[in-house]
Amino acid sequence: MSVVALNDVNFSWRTGPPLLKISAFEVAAGERVFIRGPSGSGKSTLLGLIGGVLTAGSGTVRVLGESLGEIGAARRDALRVDRIGFIFQMFNLLPYLSVRDNVALPCQFSIRRRERATAGGIGVQAEAERLLRRLGLDDPALLDRRVTELSIGQQQRVAAARALIGQPELLIADEPTSSLDADARASFLELLMAECQTAGSAIVFVSHDRSLAARFDRQIDLLELNELARPRAA
Amino acid sequence: MTGLRTIVGLAVRSLWNRRATALLTIFSIAISVTLLLGVERVRTEARLSFANTISGTDLIVGARSGDLNLLLYSVFRIGNATNNITWQTYKDLAQRREVAWTIPLSLGDSHRGFRVLGTSADYYQHYRFAGDRTLQFTAGEPVADLFDAVIGADVARKLGYQAGQQVVIAHGLGALSFMNHDDKPFVIKGILKKTGTPVDRTVHVSLEAIEAIHADWQSGTRLRGQEISPEQVRGMDLTPRAITAVLIGLKSRAASFRLQRAVNEYPEEPLSAIIPGVALAQLWDLVGVVEIALLAISGFVVLGGLLGMLTAILTSLNERRREMAILRSVGARPWHIFGLLVSEAGLLATAGVALGFAMLYLLLAIAAPLIEERFGIFVALRPPGQWDLTIAGVVIGAALLMGVLPAWRAYRNALADGLTIRV
Repeated sequence: MSVVALNDVNFSWRTGPPLLKISAFEVAAGERVFIRGPSGSGKSTLLGLIGGVLTAGSGTVRVLGESLGEIGAARRDALRVDRIGFIFQMFNLLPYLSVRDNVALPCQFSIRRRERATAGGIGVQAEAERLLRRLGLDDPALLDRRVTELSIGQQQRVAAARALIGQPELLIADEPTSSLDADARASFLELLMAECQTAGSAIVFVSHDRSLAARFDRQIDLLELNELARPRAA
Repeated sequence: MTGLRTIVGLAVRSLWNRRATALLTIFSIAISVTLLLGVERVRTEARLSFANTISGTDLIVGARSGDLNLLLYSVFRIGNATNNITWQTYKDLAQRREVAWTIPLSLGDSHRGFRVLGTSADYYQHYRFAGDRTLQFTAGEPVADLFDAVIGADVARKLGYQAGQQVVIAHGLGALSFMNHDDKPFVIKGILKKTGTPVDRTVHVSLEAIEAIHADWQSGTRLRGQEISPEQVRGMDLTPRAITAVLIGLKSRAASFRLQRAVNEYPEEPLSAIIPGVALAQLWDLVGVVEIALLAISGFVVLGGLLGMLTAILTSLNERRREMAILRSVGARPWHIFGLLVSEAGLLATAGVALGFAMLYLLLAIAAPLIEERFGIFVALRPPGQWDLTIAGVVIGAALLMGVLPAWRAYRNALADGLTIRV
C-alpha cells in the first residue's frame, strides 16, 4: 500500500490562478523520496496537500489509506497528528520548553504516537532521550536545557527527534538542512535516514540542494511533476 | 482525550516565558481585586464594629443636637458634645417609671490621647456590647475610691499600665496637653478585658472625680491662689452639676418612642433623645451613597484590570502566531489553541485574584491597628467570606469569558496559517 497517492490533483486559491496540477505522484511505504523544488515550484502547496492543511480543488489525495477530500477536518487533524512527522526549515521548536519536552510534545497530543513511543516498555521521556542520543545529542546536560541555548545544528536534530517520536509512517521534511553547513548536512541526513529505517517511516524530503539527492531511493523534480510550474520556471 | 492538563501546562510555561508582561498583568488585576475586596471589607467591618459597640441601651439622651452627633460623641467618642445636661434633668429622667437603669456619661478630659469618661457604678453593671456581653476585668475591679480609674484594654496595652499605677489626667482632649490635673493623680484600680469597642480606648473614673478635679477650675483654667488639695476636695459636696449624656435602659422596649417624645419636648431644657438602632440606620443611610460610589469605582477598576489583560493577550497574538503554528504542526487541534488562550486568561486572573487576596490581608494586617487608633473601628482579619469568594469567582469567570475573544482569533489564525507561517 502506498503511503501517499495523488491522482489528477489541481489546486488553486479561491481567488487566483491555478498553482498546482499533478497527474500522478506516489510514495511507497518506507520509501525515501527526494523532491527538488526551487521556490515558486509549488513546494509549499504540495506539502500542504499531503499534510491535509490544504484541500485539492479536484482529483484525489490519499494519505495512509485515507482520502483527504472525503474525510472531515477533525479526521485530517487526527491523521496528521497520529501518523505524520514534520521537520521544517526553521526548526520550529517551542522556546519555553526544554529539549526533552519539545521532543515529547507530539505524544501529548496523540495517543497513538504515545503508545508507539512507549511500546518498548520505556516512558515517553526515555524514548525522547533515546532518539536524541541516536541523533548525536548524547550529552545528558543538554536534555533539560532551553532550546534557545542550542546551536542551529543541535536545534535541527531536536526537531528531527520530535518528528520521529512515536514512529510515524510518514516523515515530511521541508528544507531541513538549509541552515546547516555542508558537513553538518551530511551527518544530519545520515542520522535521519538511519532512524527512519529503524522506524520504517517513509520520507518525503524537499530541498533545492541537489547534492543530497543521491542518498534517496528516488528523486523527483517538482518542476516536472507540477505541470503548471514549468512555464513559470522558464 | 488528550487533556486539559497538557494545555494548561503549556499555558503556564508559555506565560512563564513572557513573565515580565504576565506579572504586570497579574499585578494590575491583583490591585483591582484588592481594592474591591478592601472597600467591601472595611464597609462591613465598620458596620459590624459600630453595631457591636452598643446593645441593650434603649435611648441615649443628651443636650439638643443632631441625632448622629449625639450618637457619635456619646457612644463612639467621635466629636464633641454641643452642651451639657443638668444633674437635675438626669435625676428626673432616672426616676421615671418606665426607666430600668441609667448610665450617666461625663466627657471632656483625656489622658495621653485617650478620652476620660466620668460615669457611675451602673456603667459596669448595665453596659452591653456585641449582643449581650458585659464588661469584664482582666485585673482589679470597678472604681471605688474618688481617685480610682478603670482603663480599657488598649489603654493598658498601649501605655503599658498595670493596676495600682498612678496616672494624671489632662484637661481637654489634646493628645499633648499643657494643662494637667496633676495635683490630683488617679490610681488605676482595674483593667477591662478587650471588647473591640471604644471602651478599650477609654479611661473611666467616677462622676464625682470629674467634679473634684475641676473644683478649683473655672472657664478652662485653674484658679490661681485658690488651689484645693485632694484632701480638701474629699470634704466637699461632689454631686455633679452637669453631665454630657445618659444611656437609658427601659423596662419595656415598647416605651422607647413615648419616652423619646417626652424627652424631646422636655420643658426645663432643650434635649435630644435617640434610639441607637435608628440613629445607626440614619448613619448608614448617609454613608450608603458613598459606599455604593466606592463599590462602583472599584468595580470599574476591576474591569479596567481585566481589559488590560485582554489587551496584553491580544497584542501578544501576532508575535505568537509562530508558536501556534508549531503547536499545530506537532498535533495540537484548533480547539487546543483555543483552550490555550482561554486558560491563559484564566491563569492570569486566578493568579491575580490570589495575589489580590494576599495583598488584601497584608494591607488589613498593616492598616487594622491604624484604623482602630484613628477611627475606633475594629477591622477583624476574618477568612474570606461569601462575598470574597463570589468576587473571586466573578473575576475569574469574566476573565475566561474575555479570553474567548483572543482564543477565537488565535483559532482562526491557526486554521488559516496551517502548519507554516509566512511572517
